[in-house]
Amino acid sequence: MTAAVREAVCRLDQIEREGGVTALVAGEAVAIIRTHEDHVYALSNYDPFSKASVLARGIVGTRSVDGEDVPFVASPMFKQAFDLRTGECLDDRAVAVATYDVRVVDGVVEVATRTP
Amino acid sequence: MAPQLRKQLVVVGHGMVGHRFVESAISRGLTEAYDITVLGAEPRPAYDRVALTSFFEVGAEALSLLPSGTYDDPRVRLRTHAEVVAVSPRQRIVTLASGEDLHYDELVLATGAAPFVPPVPGADLANVFGYRTIEDLEAIRSASKGGRRKVGAVIGGGLLGLEAANALHQLGVETHVVELAPRLMAVQIDDLGGRTLNQHIGKLGLTVHTGAMTEAILGDRRNRVERLALKDRNPLDVDLVVFSAGIRPRDALARAAGLDVADRGGVLVDGSLRTSDEHIWAIGECAAVQGVMYGLVAPGYDMAEIVVDRLLGGAGEFTGADMSTKLKLLGVDVASFGDAHGTTKGALELTYADALSGVYKKLVISEDGKRLLGGVLVGDAAAYGVLRPMVASGMELPENPEELILPASRGGANLELPDDAQVCSCNDVTKAEITAAAADGTITRAGATCGSCKTLVKKIVEDYFAATGKEIDRSLCEHFRMTRQELFDVVAVHGYTRFDDIVEGHGTGRGCDICKPAVASILASLLNQHVLAPGNRQLQDTNDAYLGNLQKNGTYSVVPRVPGGEITPDKLIVIGQVAKDFGLYTKITGGQRIDLFGARMEDLPAIWKRLVEAGMESGHAYGKSLRTVKSCVGSTWCRYGVQDSVGLAIELELRYRGLRSPHKLKGGVSGCARECAEARSKDFGIIATEKGWNLYVCGNGGAMPAHAQLLAGDLSKEELVRYLDRFLMYYIRTADRLQRTSSWMDAVDGGLDRIREVVVDDVLGLGDQLEAAMARHVDSYFDEWKATIEDPEKLARFVSFVNAPGTPDPNITFREERGQVQAATTDGPVSLGTTIPVGAP
Repeated sequence: MTAAVREAVCRLDQIEREGGVTALVAGEAVAIIRTHEDHVYALSNYDPFSKASVLARGIVGTRSVDGEDVPFVASPMFKQAFDLRTGECLDDRAVAVATYDVRVVDGVVEVATRTP
Repeated sequence: MAPQLRKQLVVVGHGMVGHRFVESAISRGLTEAYDITVLGAEPRPAYDRVALTSFFEVGAEALSLLPSGTYDDPRVRLRTHAEVVAVSPRQRIVTLASGEDLHYDELVLATGAAPFVPPVPGADLANVFGYRTIEDLEAIRSASKGGRRKVGAVIGGGLLGLEAANALHQLGVETHVVELAPRLMAVQIDDLGGRTLNQHIGKLGLTVHTGAMTEAILGDRRNRVERLALKDRNPLDVDLVVFSAGIRPRDALARAAGLDVADRGGVLVDGSLRTSDEHIWAIGECAAVQGVMYGLVAPGYDMAEIVVDRLLGGAGEFTGADMSTKLKLLGVDVASFGDAHGTTKGALELTYADALSGVYKKLVISEDGKRLLGGVLVGDAAAYGVLRPMVASGMELPENPEELILPASRGGANLELPDDAQVCSCNDVTKAEITAAAADGTITRAGATCGSCKTLVKKIVEDYFAATGKEIDRSLCEHFRMTRQELFDVVAVHGYTRFDDIVEGHGTGRGCDICKPAVASILASLLNQHVLAPGNRQLQDTNDAYLGNLQKNGTYSVVPRVPGGEITPDKLIVIGQVAKDFGLYTKITGGQRIDLFGARMEDLPAIWKRLVEAGMESGHAYGKSLRTVKSCVGSTWCRYGVQDSVGLAIELELRYRGLRSPHKLKGGVSGCARECAEARSKDFGIIATEKGWNLYVCGNGGAMPAHAQLLAGDLSKEELVRYLDRFLMYYIRTADRLQRTSSWMDAVDGGLDRIREVVVDDVLGLGDQLEAAMARHVDSYFDEWKATIEDPEKLARFVSFVNAPGTPDPNITFREERGQVQAATTDGPVSLGTTIPVGAP
């Protein structure tokens, strides 16, 4: 068991609201996405449908699922939506992308490297 | 002869009915047992003869019922140019003009009809034509050309005669209609209706001679038509004559083969469409069913279905046909249905006539006043869609039947049709079948042939959904309960400039990948701000978001604008050098420019800096916006060119560059009628004429190709630009999201005619507004790539990793093929291993 290692990747103000950036975290491409309410989420940048590293470039919005507005990013390639909270694909529940712990400390975004 | 296991079916004639027979034979499985050979004498496959008059406008290809020339079933073989000269029923052989013999087990005659040429002297002179085939129309067109304005006479004032007169009129020929009967369309309408029709046609500048008998056609020394001699009237000096005085069944083959023919011509068949030989069938206009010939396409289609049914072992019978007609002749609506002449015993007539507006309507009602038997409509045939099914279904008339034809009424549209009412007579589709199809989301053929029932079909479908409580949901997405057009108006009226205000005021949630790009496009059309300006950026669809076209491996392609396809060698060299320096794959596009593939997102600014410095600008290949205006080389080099097509294409491309629209927009300009720029496959296409430019609109290539239609002809450049400004803005304001111009035209109530009214005739008075909107766009244009590379804030986004801008994304891979790079994809995320991030805050 290794303790979570956090990497500071950028300042919060480097990410637009409802936009994303790609960060290199322990050698992996991670999409860091900021919602309209300033929640920050981190998930693998790799879109399993198109097999390309692009998710941070997708449109961010909400989809109503069972009465709840779920924040999502739509892959810019073929538009599948991924739940920002869980990495689950909203269009195909069998597919999910990895998520990363992320927090904002003093305006700096920190991402935890995945524990092996 | 070797034994043939599969049976041979030969179809003689590839017209509309022959084609329908084959289509039905394939779809109903007749080809499981038969090999089908279709022999057409004409040089081309079947085409829509009902719409023949539109040939000048749309060309032969658009009329074709089988553009590919082959059926999608290997057991069917179509041979054109294959004229059958003899049938031998005893040997079961047909002989072609080439001398070739073909064996058949079953033979279907679908030879159609030929124009009737009355036995007048001079009918064999040059410049005397029929009106039946595309070749006839081509010959008429060529005879109407050149020198002074030509004068033409159409002999026959029936339905077909008026079609022919319409064609001559369209060709700019001074047109006379010569009809033996005392009124036009004697078969379909009555005296008053005929008079109303005369009045309309006279206004258009055509001269109608009713009760006029042609005695002779006189020729000049070169045997060309010069004069038409009429009995008891002054002769007419004419340059061409078109015979359209009815048709005669083409039954010569059957006669020579010894088959029975009807007294008045036509291959005699029984109710099963079988001739006097049990292996020979006849369908369509060549057939006389129990002695009666049917000169319309709908009964021919019925016959085709019945013969297929019989050959499959069924017992279909032809029991007569609905001879109702509705058409637009020279812009005048004319309809006739049921017992139009009131020949039923005791029939009552109810008429409405308004000489001033040229409307005449007559209903024929049963003696007891309860049933509608038939009617005539001239000048306004909107009620046809409801009235004809009322006759066919025998439903009871409402209490005040006159309301059905009074102008104040909505044409009886509130009447509830019974389920078994036949709505589409061409394809025999009932109301019940249409509602059933609406319920299961399937399709019927209703409206697919003559189209006269389309409005009624639409209403039935809408009523169905309204009745079942289902609204036809035209919402953009879950966040906006409105169409794109409604949203456009909301944004324009409120003057919104930000998505946040729009979604908070009129939507729910935070939007999605459907509404955000739609709003981005609307804002861009209205404001023409930079698409990457703060607040706009996050709304942009994939390609607009980085001003490049995203490719499968996460890289982008780059397309500099090459207006009209004209480019200097120096610019070509720069493009080549940039491609080499950044390792890009190059390909020539269909829009006459050069696409550079494989650019990493972080390299885009550097690539564009080089291109901009060399005088190039964004080609907007990534946008739902004007792409290119393709051109042929035109009169500057081409020895056939009549106008400078390249010059115009460049001017138009520069005028409309950067214009964001509901879908991509493409244009084309051809310098002569040879149309090398393929302008008619574009959203707007311009073709040079001797006198100016013809403007075609709403074409496209792609999965659902559409030929652009003529909007206006022989325009000066100023007129052309004015109409184009209006057309494009009208489209941008009213189209649905991702709706290209051709499907937009289909969706506009009234279609092309309506678009012409708005754009050319300016009936809505919107012209100035639309032009002003376009002027604002033209004045505010800027190159968005130049603006991007000059703005550090915008450039900040173009990095591979926010915390390691110097490290390329290891997930992007390439392979090599034919000496250039190609995109490769990975099987899963690629890790760089342990990397020490650089540039962290």
